[in-house]
Amino acid sequence: MSSPAKWEAVIGLEVHVQLHTQTKMFCGCINQYGGAANSQVCPVCLGMPGSLPVPNEEAIRKTILTGLMLGCRIAPVARFDRKNYFYPDMPKNYQISQFEDPLCAGGAVGLDPFLFPKDLQESDEAKAKRSIRLTRIHLEEDVAKSFHYEERSGIDFNRAGTPLMEIVSEADLRTPGEAFAFLGSLRQVLLSGGVSSADMEKGQMRCDVNVSVRPVGQKEFGTKVELKNLNSISGVRRALEYEIGRQIGAVEKGEAIQHETRRWDDDAGATFTMRTKEKAHDYRYFPEPDLLPVRTDQGLRKAAESGLPELPAALQARLMQENGVTAYQASVLAADRVLCGYYEKAAAGTKHKAAVANWILNDFLATQPDPATSPVRPEFFGELAGLVVEGVINSAQAKKVFAELMANPASPKAIVEKLGLAQISDVGALAAFCDEAIAANPRSVEDYRSGKSNAINALKGFVMKKSQGKANPTQVDEILKAKLSA
Amino acid sequence: MSLAHETLASLRRRLSSKEIHSRDIVKDLLTEIGTREKTVHAFTHIDEKAALAAAEKADSSLPLGGIPIALKDNLNALGDPCTCSSKILEGYKAPYDATAVARLRQAGAIFLGRTNMDEFAMGSSTENSALGITRNPWDSTRIPGGSSGGSAAAVAGRLAIAALGSDTGGSIRQPAALCGCVGLKPTYGRISRYGLVAFASSLDQIGPLTRTVEDSAILLSALAGHDPRDNTTDLRKPETFLSKPTGSVQGLRVGLPKEYFLPGMSPEAEAAVRGAAHWFEKNGATLVEVSLPHTPAAIAVYYILATAEASANLARFDGVRYGRRAVEPKDLLDLYHRSRSEGFGPEVKRRIILGTFVLSQGYADAYYRKAQKVRGLLRQDFESAFTKCDLLLTPTSPEPAFPLGERTQDPLKMYLADVFTISTNLAGNGAISLPCGFTKSNLPIGLQLIGPHFGEEKILQAAHAYEQSHDFWKRMPPV
Repeated sequence: MSSPAKWEAVIGLEVHVQLHTQTKMFCGCINQYGGAANSQVCPVCLGMPGSLPVPNEEAIRKTILTGLMLGCRIAPVARFDRKNYFYPDMPKNYQISQFEDPLCAGGAVGLDPFLFPKDLQESDEAKAKRSIRLTRIHLEEDVAKSFHYEERSGIDFNRAGTPLMEIVSEADLRTPGEAFAFLGSLRQVLLSGGVSSADMEKGQMRCDVNVSVRPVGQKEFGTKVELKNLNSISGVRRALEYEIGRQIGAVEKGEAIQHETRRWDDDAGATFTMRTKEKAHDYRYFPEPDLLPVRTDQGLRKAAESGLPELPAALQARLMQENGVTAYQASVLAADRVLCGYYEKAAAGTKHKAAVANWILNDFLATQPDPATSPVRPEFFGELAGLVVEGVINSAQAKKVFAELMANPASPKAIVEKLGLAQISDVGALAAFCDEAIAANPRSVEDYRSGKSNAINALKGFVMKKSQGKANPTQVDEILKAKLSA
Repeated sequence: MSLAHETLASLRRRLSSKEIHSRDIVKDLLTEIGTREKTVHAFTHIDEKAALAAAEKADSSLPLGGIPIALKDNLNALGDPCTCSSKILEGYKAPYDATAVARLRQAGAIFLGRTNMDEFAMGSSTENSALGITRNPWDSTRIPGGSSGGSAAAVAGRLAIAALGSDTGGSIRQPAALCGCVGLKPTYGRISRYGLVAFASSLDQIGPLTRTVEDSAILLSALAGHDPRDNTTDLRKPETFLSKPTGSVQGLRVGLPKEYFLPGMSPEAEAAVRGAAHWFEKNGATLVEVSLPHTPAAIAVYYILATAEASANLARFDGVRYGRRAVEPKDLLDLYHRSRSEGFGPEVKRRIILGTFVLSQGYADAYYRKAQKVRGLLRQDFESAFTKCDLLLTPTSPEPAFPLGERTQDPLKMYLADVFTISTNLAGNGAISLPCGFTKSNLPIGLQLIGPHFGEEKILQAAHAYEQSHDFWKRMPPV
């Protein structure tokens, strides 16, 4: 058998997202990261005998909102189920989850070309703008966190009961770059709806990956391997690159891929066997008898709809069409709603919306990466862009105004005045400077008239020097040419 | 006469008129307990000092001010033990009040004694307790019924004025019948389950065990109503039950389900129950024969669904956070295995294994899901029966109290003790058991009245009318 020329990977993701809510999923404990160990607990989230869960409406609403944003079908009646397995970080030794009737089914995540890794943004896979189908989104409770010491282990139950959404994709992804873009694009949607901060480094978004390889053109899937311990979006890419390489290497050598779970070690840059899946775990799901079915068609869905934000794709299209920003700028803005809000305020009062985007995304962000805490009022950027476009100051002067604006925030017009930077555009004044230049440089005048057009630069330089750099260079050029050809 | 012999209603009147003090009741109860508890063994724990201290502070202006109530040992009461009569909860102290307990506390009740039970409420004789057996006050060689056997024996034996129990398949009504007191299992959702250690969540319901129907109504009024901590409680407004007793059954349509009069049942029990039916007819009620055709499947359905839920509910007892923990475990698996092997008794293990099996891949369709479907049919049986009648009248138990030890080695025979009570848990209906006679050997016989969903007022009115024209409730057990 000859080995096929090309292999392709088949990748599916299971993404867990902690919801941003006031309280936990089934009790009144505060849902907050970082309290002293076991300080945010009660009989319910500790699984004490006799305690009962009560569903968190805000979490259900935010899950429905996520489903609406991603184009899912929302179940009119959803149910919770018990998923049975023993583990010390699980207080009841069953997890309240959803099995047969999840809140959301179907839907898709569109891959934003600018959310591919930087080195792939110009690639064909980024330009393909693929849409990755989702299988489902369900709501469950997070487990506690275990800590292992030399002799003993400890458990912090603060995280136990945090509302957790599980977003499951179809096996539609084909490359590590797509997986990277999927997570980034999904995160952008989650942020836009305010449903989660979705920070992988903080564990607010966690991702398990299923990956297999097959010869290009083959319909059947290869044996899949599950990857765990992926703690960043770039880590997912690195892990997949390694694992796909490992699998192709193995099958090319004629080895069989084991159906197993492998752990990604970011330092080693490799995956290692965690456990083989000889026997699938039987979770013995059954309907959670402590909770009534959730009707979403009696107000919950409506409430979620009223919270629908402008989705990233729509926002990008609007910024490009109405404000004339570039596709890249639109993507950056859509990815950060705080920054985008700042920009939209800055652009609101001016016609020069594209120029404002340049100021904010290039210059401003380089100095003050957090617009939320910036003392510089966004309107100032509209003003600054206006001064340049209208010719009040030239671009060199504008840089000076910007530096002053950052150092001592004030209206750019006031800064221009304070620094005495205003460009001289008054035709009378400029003509006087030009006359002076012509009178003082007869040689240059002669050269210009005899056809050496470059000679005009010496005259311009004279005017700029005399005007202390304030003369409007375009106008000076026009006036000189007119006078010399007269 | 010792105050221990009085009804809750009578004590309430005398307390509010300041004729007696709560401490008098507690002292009289402690005297009775002192002489007979060593025989009956109704309690797993009694804190005399705490009860006396609470009695001193009791506010007799409250609806239950100063009334001592005994609690089944599966109800959390802040700071008290809550063993579920299991070794696995040795040393556990409740970190919070069950809603039912909190409501009684709020109404002024005080707590005296935690009552014995079948371990985790799994049983019909209280012999499955890890903390010793309880004896029937009518005959100390016989079982008191179960699983709320301690509550029933305490109330019948004048060791408690009233008690709370829990009923998953008959655990309030069957011991009430066998001990000659009144046991009410309210409609599912009537009383919050928050703080009741779960056996089978979709079947469990807390209810009172009392000497009279009136006492039952008083406690139900204090306990019933929506609880934001229990998603399955009903949203209807709180009611006061039996506030105007009619004393009449005139015009009532009483259904006799033909499946509830079995050939194998005790002839004395059947005669007493038929006698009660005759009383209803004589007093203006109409008797209607009805059918609940899926009744023969009820026990099988129950032992699939109840054990399935129990297998998950009891998973939390693992030695990690509270209760009994195996000494020096080798590793995590050893900790789990030994804590649970040492902590649970044989009946609990049997049911966990059964429940795990019926939910397992490849078997769940044949057992768990099929049983759910039949449960739906049982519910329809009751709905259609209640289009023809207002209440159902049946025996509570096929026979009076059986001898200690008779069935401990034969679980299937033990399971039959609940044959007349299980269906109402599956269908969610409320039902009461009250005395309707005695056998020749002086053992009480129970009558069961089953109502439509949330039909407690109907049940209590009819039961009260029947009870007040008889004097069964006044009889004193010999032990």
